[in-house]
Amino acid sequence: MSEMRDTRAGIEVRLEDLRRSYAGVTALDGLSLTLAPGELVALLGPSGCGKTTAMRLVAGLEEANSGRVMFAGKEVTGLPANKRDVGMVFQAYSLFPHMTAHQNVAFGLSLHKVGPDERKRRAGEMLELVGLSAYANRYAHQLSGGQQQRVALARALAIQPTVLLLDEPLSALDAKVRSRLRDEIRRVQLEVGTTTLFVTHDQEEALAIADRVGVMNKGRLEQLGSPTVIYSRPATPFVAEFVGLTNRLDGVVRDGEVEVRGMRLPLVQPNAANGPATALVRPEAVALAADSENVPGPLIGTVIAVSFLGATSRVTVDLGDTTILAQLPTSEASAHPAGTRVRLAIRKDPVLIAREETAPAEVN
Amino acid sequence: MTAAGNPAISTAARPPMRTGRRLPLAWLGVVPFFAYCGLFLLLPTLIITGGSFATKDGAFTLSNFTDINQPYLVKAFLYSTIIAAVSAVVGALAGALLAYAVVTSNPRGILRRSVTSASGVLAQFGGVTLAFAFLATVGQVGFISEILLQRGIDSLSRSTWLYELPGLILVYMYFQVPLMVIVFLPALDGVRPQWREATESLGGSTWHYWRYVAGPLLAPSFLGCTLLLFANAFSAYATAAALVSQGSIIVPLAISNLLTSETGRAQPGLAQALALSMIIIVTVVTVLYSLLQRRTSRWLR
Amino acid sequence: MSNLPPRSLGVGSGGLLLGHEAATSRGAGSPRPGSLMRTRRIKLQIFRGVVFLIMGLFFLVPIGAMFEFSTRGDTMTSPRTLEAWTAIIKVPELTDAISVSLQLAAITSIAMLVLLLPTMVWVRLRIPQLNRILEFICLLPLTVPAIALVVGMVPLYRWIGVNLSDSILTLSFAYLILVLPYTYRTLDAGLAAIDLKTLTEAARSLGAGWGTVMLRVVVPNMSSAILNACLLAVALVLGEFTMANLLNFENLQVAILYIGLVSASTSIAVAVASLVFAFVLLMILSYVGRPKDRVARAEEIPGSLVPSMTGVSVLAELVDQPK
Repeated sequence: MSEMRDTRAGIEVRLEDLRRSYAGVTALDGLSLTLAPGELVALLGPSGCGKTTAMRLVAGLEEANSGRVMFAGKEVTGLPANKRDVGMVFQAYSLFPHMTAHQNVAFGLSLHKVGPDERKRRAGEMLELVGLSAYANRYAHQLSGGQQQRVALARALAIQPTVLLLDEPLSALDAKVRSRLRDEIRRVQLEVGTTTLFVTHDQEEALAIADRVGVMNKGRLEQLGSPTVIYSRPATPFVAEFVGLTNRLDGVVRDGEVEVRGMRLPLVQPNAANGPATALVRPEAVALAADSENVPGPLIGTVIAVSFLGATSRVTVDLGDTTILAQLPTSEASAHPAGTRVRLAIRKDPVLIAREETAPAEVN
Repeated sequence: MTAAGNPAISTAARPPMRTGRRLPLAWLGVVPFFAYCGLFLLLPTLIITGGSFATKDGAFTLSNFTDINQPYLVKAFLYSTIIAAVSAVVGALAGALLAYAVVTSNPRGILRRSVTSASGVLAQFGGVTLAFAFLATVGQVGFISEILLQRGIDSLSRSTWLYELPGLILVYMYFQVPLMVIVFLPALDGVRPQWREATESLGGSTWHYWRYVAGPLLAPSFLGCTLLLFANAFSAYATAAALVSQGSIIVPLAISNLLTSETGRAQPGLAQALALSMIIIVTVVTVLYSLLQRRTSRWLR
Repeated sequence: MSNLPPRSLGVGSGGLLLGHEAATSRGAGSPRPGSLMRTRRIKLQIFRGVVFLIMGLFFLVPIGAMFEFSTRGDTMTSPRTLEAWTAIIKVPELTDAISVSLQLAAITSIAMLVLLLPTMVWVRLRIPQLNRILEFICLLPLTVPAIALVVGMVPLYRWIGVNLSDSILTLSFAYLILVLPYTYRTLDAGLAAIDLKTLTEAARSLGAGWGTVMLRVVVPNMSSAILNACLLAVALVLGEFTMANLLNFENLQVAILYIGLVSASTSIAVAVASLVFAFVLLMILSYVGRPKDRVARAEEIPGSLVPSMTGVSVLAELVDQPK
């Protein structure tokens, strides 16, 4: 086991201006992305954003109209999948049903002409790595969905791939198994150190597992950055709204600031032109205070719902002309049950503004 | 018979709320159906079974079975087996190719729909009409035979091959291939594209995929379907009867000749012994088929 | 399937464990993007074209040849004639046989519904432990070839002929057994698609008797399955030859065979007509609803597998009825 990990440090994977369209519909519109050796990058986006196409181009299961794929500085663009040496884990049902877990893992090794003894040893090690040694002789239909995906992971890693590709491997599982397997995948990936591309439409999953997250929309990469950056400093309105909950508040941009309901907030995009705009404010940036005076104001409202999320609670406040979400520690939220009047404050973090005509390129 | 056979109607007049003593009354509801099946399905089977071990006067004998060992009956069994086996294997191969061609087309397209619908029709299409269709095509004055004759080739218009072994095999293909399409298509549909992609990403070629993944996965289903085709051809009577007016070249024809001839009337047990042999063969083959299907359904859901 | 062309040359996978070096060194001279997939697609298209062409010829030429034969004059060169077709109605033997076969088809379908459907409903609701046995018996005729079953039917029909009736319509008794496996499967799929238990309990709780449940709740909710079962029964009876021939009855298929000995073209014309008729019936069947298909595909045909509005309206009606 150990010698495998030592000899297989990850390699750099580079996608250069990949384009792909199907029957006139653009799936991928010039995607460039570099994965550092050993890095786990999650491609996040709604269905149809091109993330799966991107991954299939890296795998060699589809061919790009233009652009290049480079593994460790060498071009593999024209190579078919079976010559690329990538490990792949699919959404579901990818285990060969007529083989046991052990045979599934050993299959790739036999295709790589590994001898029977070595094959057996390494398949055993891989199953141990994913914690399924006890299930080696089970068939796919005798395993749970989560176990099947762990075998699929073992199978993909057994051939010591240059790149590991995970195509929404958790989406077919139920919530509890999903978060456990997510951590498991991350642990295994860190252990073997293989450069990994992880495709998902689940923002929580992407933020939890990845070194860096690439948010995709309409065949393009909207933003690439660490989970913290993606969440707290979204570069575009699309990213802001796709990752996490966002309040949309009408405001006016004036001299590098935006005025929202009487408050002036700094901008992420300081040189945005003056004029009306929509400010995107995270629920965590909204604070509440009890309001005893009965003076109406732009930031005075009534709590209409409190949903308990565990350590935090989400409070919905009716401001008369709009509603706003605030997320705060449950201990604080309990001071504002439904029906009470509250005064809002918005933290003076830079906010992102959206305009109908705002093109993502402009914001970048 | 049929009017009394409707349990729902017969109980409808009674008050709806009855509790207790339900079981015996409930069982009464199925009596008509089971009585009917007893009379027209089980009784004939029992008649065959009993008769095949009896002489004309009703005494026990095994001679009906030993009498199958006559040259013309042995030959009929041999021919039946050859025709069923060849038409099953060739039909299964051709049907599997057609099914694969269908499966690789648009799943909601008109092509797939037409082929599956037509297969449903043609798989049931046997008998007199089918025999006539081939007589009109490659019979002695058939369409193709006449065209060939006009070009100076008289091989079809003179030959009697259509009424013999090769002819029967060709004609049987007309319902064997569609039947294969119907029964094999679900298995092909169960093959997931991920398996091919997984094989490729693990370094396998197309050949590896067929040899180690798709082949072994489809083999039980293919084998099972071939057995079903065998049973289907082995049982077929009408097509052969319409095509072959004389002789007992296959078992069903031998049975029908015994039923209508003097020798048959002299020894009714012989036809029954032949019938029982057929039932046993077809039952064994069908059971094997369903065992193989069960395995397939676990793999290719 | 084995004749599918291997897509890659399949050589040289030995070096792959060395990883990207082996893979990428070949990358320099690799074909331009698109070509591999395109080659594979073209090969598949050629394969499919060849298969469909050969199969199309094999299945269409005999049917075309029947049309050709039935419109043939005295020789291949003489003009086309519809004489054989017009002769169909002039042969009383044939018109009788057509009429008799249609009657047999109707009787068999109705008897099948009256005997089988209530039994299936009853077993599902009241004696579920009998379901496997019912299925087994219904599928049993598949393993008893008609030619074998008829051997056992001969004495039975001798007795029926003497003691009940020697009418050809008594063939329906045997035909009901023959159609059992096919109609059972169709009705079974229909019943599986409706929530029989809930529907029945709802109707019963509203005061409906079993007859009302059957006729006004179950039947309307599975009308397409019932139609399918009937069409299947009709098609099977119209094409039946074995039983009729060996029990010495003259139905349509037997008549076609015997008239063929006298006038080949007339009987081929009838054969074409009956084939077209069966084809139309079964095409209707495959479009009305497709019980053989998996549930996933059933959503294409709205109404075929979901409880119909009729069922709901019957329930509403029952509520209104004063009891």
